[in-house]
Amino acid sequence: MIREYFPEWKLPEDLVLDSETIQHLASVINMQSEWVKHRSTSLYTDPFLLDEKIRRLSREQLGTIFLKSWRPIVEMEQISPQSLMQAIRYWNDLIPLDERWQRTEFTETETGTATISELLEQKVLADKMFSEELDALWRELMQKTTGQEKIKYWDFIGALTFDETVRRAYLTSFLVTYGFATMEINRLEEIIFLKPFKKPISFDKKLVASVPVSISFDDWTKWREGQLE
Amino acid sequence: MMKKRDLYTSQVKRAAHLLFFRRHRKPGVKGWELRKRLGSDYPKVLGILDSFLDKLDLQVKTVFEGETSKEKPSLEDYDKARFYVTLRGGLTPKETKMMGWRIDDIAGLAITISSIISKKGKASRSEVEKLLRDKLPGWRVELNLDRYIRSGYVAEDENRQLYLDWRTRAEIDESALVKLLLGTDG
Repeated sequence: MIREYFPEWKLPEDLVLDSETIQHLASVINMQSEWVKHRSTSLYTDPFLLDEKIRRLSREQLGTIFLKSWRPIVEMEQISPQSLMQAIRYWNDLIPLDERWQRTEFTETETGTATISELLEQKVLADKMFSEELDALWRELMQKTTGQEKIKYWDFIGALTFDETVRRAYLTSFLVTYGFATMEINRLEEIIFLKPFKKPISFDKKLVASVPVSISFDDWTKWREGQLE
Repeated sequence: MMKKRDLYTSQVKRAAHLLFFRRHRKPGVKGWELRKRLGSDYPKVLGILDSFLDKLDLQVKTVFEGETSKEKPSLEDYDKARFYVTLRGGLTPKETKMMGWRIDDIAGLAITISSIISKKGKASRSEVEKLLRDKLPGWRVELNLDRYIRSGYVAEDENRQLYLDWRTRAEIDESALVKLLLGTDG
């Protein structure tokens, strides 16, 4: 190109102007080349294309694909001289059982609320167990409402023992919070219904309200005797 | 004097001990540690060990510093690299369950890693969580992502950006994962 137009450039201004144009053209070509280079790498993937693929594939398909490219590390964990020393130190410092029991004192603490992540952190709940229980309860709710839209709250959470009833009520509160079911309250008759969703729904935080539901031993006894609506 | 063959046999045994038994917080052994214990010929010793492990469906995996693979690695590259023993072939879903991984966890890990790869190795946590929410129940999204971070598959910085971490580089064939994902009909 330069060879072709060079004889026609008479004024230095023309020369500067054209060389500036050529420089800009070259920088565009350079950027295009970088773009092509990146796209040609084996790891280049269009993020939108991949997002779309992920949405279309089932969990099982995604899992199977991953297993084909996963080569987990093989290793053996064993007790080391350091951890043995630590264990001996711990054992030697341990106060005899009868002394420890004598020293047991109780301190009064204020009651408060605990979030699920706090309970998981304190190992009160195991994450795997909890999620599995929640899954099972969701399935049970859907099964119990087959052919009907909703079920009475007490008919769902009520169990043979009071402890189990409280546990089911606790888990049910998470089903509602995480959008797997909703509560319908008939304020005139004071009856609460549970309605499951086939897919979890995310609620608008501004429109969500907390509903305290009391589960007392008296309520449970009444429910058992068929007096509680 | 020890014959060359006997010397290699004892070095292969020592290399197996070093690679199999975890001695640090993270598994695997650095190249310079192997050089110190086995001598400068350690890449050859690892090659012999690798061929022994083949029969057990295991392999010696080399993870070079920085880049994912090197065509002609120098001794210096080997010294800086980290060596692991990994499975050579694939796993079945049943086997993963025995290892404590549910199919949901595996699917979530596939989504997390592939979405970070597609965004040039860095993705915001919120974007990844949004993608995960499409496949996992809401309460599991954060728990699973934290598990991937704890296990060393993903790292998170103070700006809540996610990156691929050491375990992904050691265990996952990233390009194969992306190719398989794109090549499967949904």
